[in-house]
Amino acid sequence: MLAFFVHRLGQALVVMFVISLLSFSIQDNLGDPLRELVGQSVSEAERQQLREAMGLNDPFVNQYGRFLKKALQGDLGDSYFFKRPALGVILEKLPATLELVLGATLIILLLSVPVGVYCAINPRSWFSKLMMGVSIVGISIPVFLTAIMLIYLFSIHLGWLPSFGRGETLLIWGGYETGLLTADGLRHLLLPSIALSSIMLPLFIRLIRSEMMEVLEQEYIRFAWARGLKRQRIWFLHALKNTLLPVITVGGVQIGTMIAYTILTERVFQWPGMGFLFLEAVNRVDTPLIIAYLIVVGLIFVVTNTLVDLIYGLVNPTVRLTRGNA
Amino acid sequence: MALLEVRNLEVKFPLRQGELTALRDVSFSLDPGERLGIVGESGAGKSVAAFAILNLIGRPGYIAGGQVLFEGRDLSRLSATELRHIRGNRISMIFQDPMMTLNPVLTIGTQMIESLQAHRAISYTEARTLAIEKLRTVSIPSPDARIDQYPHELSGGMRQRVVIAIALLTDPTIIIADEPTTALDVTIQAEIMELLLALCENFSVALILITHDLGVVAQVTQRAIVMYAGRIVEEGATRSIIDSARHPYTQGLINALPERTRPGERLNQIPGLMPSLLDIPAGCAFHPRCPHTLTVCRFEVPDYSGSAQRRVACHWAGAHGEVL
Amino acid sequence: MSRYRTLFRQSALLYRFRRDKVAIASFSILLLLLIISFAAPFIAPFNPYDPTQIDIMDSNLPPVWQTDGDARFTLGTDTQGRDIWSTMLYGTRISITIGLFAVLLQSLLGIAMGLAAGYYGGRLDSFLMRLADIQLSFSTLMVAIVVLAVFQAAFGSELYNELAIFMLILVIGIAEWPQYARTVRASVLAEKKKEYVDAVRVIGLSRRRIMFRHILPNTLSPILVISTVQVANAIMSEAALSFLGLGMPVNQPSLGSLINSGFQYILSGSWWITTFPALLLILLVLVINLLGDWLRDVLNPKLYKE
Repeated sequence: MLAFFVHRLGQALVVMFVISLLSFSIQDNLGDPLRELVGQSVSEAERQQLREAMGLNDPFVNQYGRFLKKALQGDLGDSYFFKRPALGVILEKLPATLELVLGATLIILLLSVPVGVYCAINPRSWFSKLMMGVSIVGISIPVFLTAIMLIYLFSIHLGWLPSFGRGETLLIWGGYETGLLTADGLRHLLLPSIALSSIMLPLFIRLIRSEMMEVLEQEYIRFAWARGLKRQRIWFLHALKNTLLPVITVGGVQIGTMIAYTILTERVFQWPGMGFLFLEAVNRVDTPLIIAYLIVVGLIFVVTNTLVDLIYGLVNPTVRLTRGNA
Repeated sequence: MALLEVRNLEVKFPLRQGELTALRDVSFSLDPGERLGIVGESGAGKSVAAFAILNLIGRPGYIAGGQVLFEGRDLSRLSATELRHIRGNRISMIFQDPMMTLNPVLTIGTQMIESLQAHRAISYTEARTLAIEKLRTVSIPSPDARIDQYPHELSGGMRQRVVIAIALLTDPTIIIADEPTTALDVTIQAEIMELLLALCENFSVALILITHDLGVVAQVTQRAIVMYAGRIVEEGATRSIIDSARHPYTQGLINALPERTRPGERLNQIPGLMPSLLDIPAGCAFHPRCPHTLTVCRFEVPDYSGSAQRRVACHWAGAHGEVL
Repeated sequence: MSRYRTLFRQSALLYRFRRDKVAIASFSILLLLLIISFAAPFIAPFNPYDPTQIDIMDSNLPPVWQTDGDARFTLGTDTQGRDIWSTMLYGTRISITIGLFAVLLQSLLGIAMGLAAGYYGGRLDSFLMRLADIQLSFSTLMVAIVVLAVFQAAFGSELYNELAIFMLILVIGIAEWPQYARTVRASVLAEKKKEYVDAVRVIGLSRRRIMFRHILPNTLSPILVISTVQVANAIMSEAALSFLGLGMPVNQPSLGSLINSGFQYILSGSWWITTFPALLLILLVLVINLLGDWLRDVLNPKLYKE
């Protein structure tokens, strides 16, 4: 277990190193920090003096070292637009994005497993055929179009659900603002969650179906039938547990895509999350904010991937976490 | 009355290229405690016959005709629930490849205990005690530690012992073993086969042994059936079949045994290959490979001659052989 | 021998194709979309790139069957007065072009990497596969968003607009190589085990020759299946990037940027600006996906799975 974490930590460090290097080079190249600070009306000589004083003429490694040192202390610079620490600005928006992802993940998990399993067990039933047809249409519609269609149908046409924002939120522990505890917040969450899950859900239904159909052909399933086990046990324990292994792996690979989809979803629904903020930061060339977003997303990415590996190790006994080859 | 009686069993597989008949007109019976061998090359339909008994033929195959009477009840017509109470309870199976037979993500204990609990109303602790006891019966060292291990932690031979222990768990009346040693190392094969034989004798369980190895049949079984292209071609007491085979195919199999060849001599192989079941030759299916082909063999499927206990389906044997 | 086998395979493919209505329909629609989009300059009633043909007075006209419709603009006009139907045709051409070239780039990169990894093995193999793992787990869309956002911020939108089409092809093309590399590598490893590769080596053929003449043809069917799905994915990625304003600029719109430009007017009732390009985009991606599905069923290649 310890070896697993050491191994994982090594990978995490590599990923974070790449992100920090990328972030730093953005900081170096995007706009001129001097102009942001003092404006245009300063003479060239004074500029040079200021550059020297700020250490902008130092060798790359020194500057990167300083950047890293400050970053480790949580100081990623002040946002040009908000005039506040960029990390703080991003973290305020984190709950909104997390709740959106939570909503979508719940929809995906609660629907893809039963539907995928049903389609694998009854591949010839009309429902399975319908699901296969619907799911291929589902994966062919871009997330942002699903989002627009949902707004058009449920907000504009039917007027049932709100089309933008988080609605009413409650401040709970440590500045964490949640929309999960108010009816209005949940109503606002519904459409964005559906939109965010709209490509992953059919993708996982198809994946679970095909993996499970393959598992059902295995000798150990035939042996389970020959042993006279109840079919529920064969399907939902013997077959499903083996089906989940590749599904978990794919789930891990999809985390990055999920984060990208939050940007699209948040833009359409004007959901006040990190992705929406990131797009604004890009438009305003708010470099510290862009960097803060990249670093936070990188951290989330590393943590979730570690979690996925841990879960995989728990389900698959042939993976030894202790040997560090997970 | 026979314990198991298979009557005119026919199994078909609808495929894209047409319907394939994997078994035709297969009849045999098994007495309590008897050990029966089913012999043939791969593709002869012997595995299909084994799985058809428990109605376990893989999709898209199905039983197209005939009966499988177990204690007077036709297994091919039972409901799923009724059949479940027979499978793994009264009739157990042992599969070919122990590496593939056990579920890789469940411990051996889980798989043994669930087998017991599927057929007996017993507690988890009782089931576990029984499972450990059965592991000891099949000579697995330190069974109380092994029971909590996963299949991949055991060697192939050990895994097949576990599979045998699972088959014995519910004290079945019949065990069907489908090539139980083929996938194992040669050194372990004899060990496992001796274990199986000893257990069947000790617990007086009837055994149907599917194999391509006539040597094993001679060693383990009392009666034998030889299959070719989905059909039984010869049946009789194992001794009688080995000593005085009637069908040219059986004779070929016996001549091909390594023991029948002197060192340095070439092995006596039957020329040609088993036909594809999609393209079975007209008349006797064996005639293109047969050293004694008569004109009639090309056109007419031979009937059985002899008694129910000692029969052969061959025009040549019928015409030339002494009375069975 | 192998030529005859390929010929046989192709005819079997054709046979299965003729019997599958969905495949025929998808293929016909795709062919039609390809033809009308690449013949856009001849078919489209207007040239949306030509400012002299655009009149701001014609802006925001609904489709012809609605009360305020104008007979010149069958599907209406957008906020700049461009004919939606013409813009859609040109936009589809851009979307398909980006999709095809991005996949071409992906496949060249991926096949080269996969062949190298599978054939030479050892350290190169483990390095490339590790790289593929990492690359794959950062999703393409995420990488593309970051790279394009930084690029746009660094070079300013004017220069960016000129280079957008190349940037999109480059980013989508580079980010997706692991798909091919893994599959090709798996095929190479499987083929390497077979006897004939040893046999041709005994004859004294060079390694490179073996790779290109013998192994590569055998990986064709998985590559074909992947490519089909990847074109659909590339078109989707492009649309998403353009929708975020990181893709094709407004004066040279792809389907994604058309949807983006109409999106803000959907609330004010101008639904047609977004709806028609959106339907076309969905149709395009759907028929490619359906064809990909069908190909996978028929060719049934061993695709790389983890």
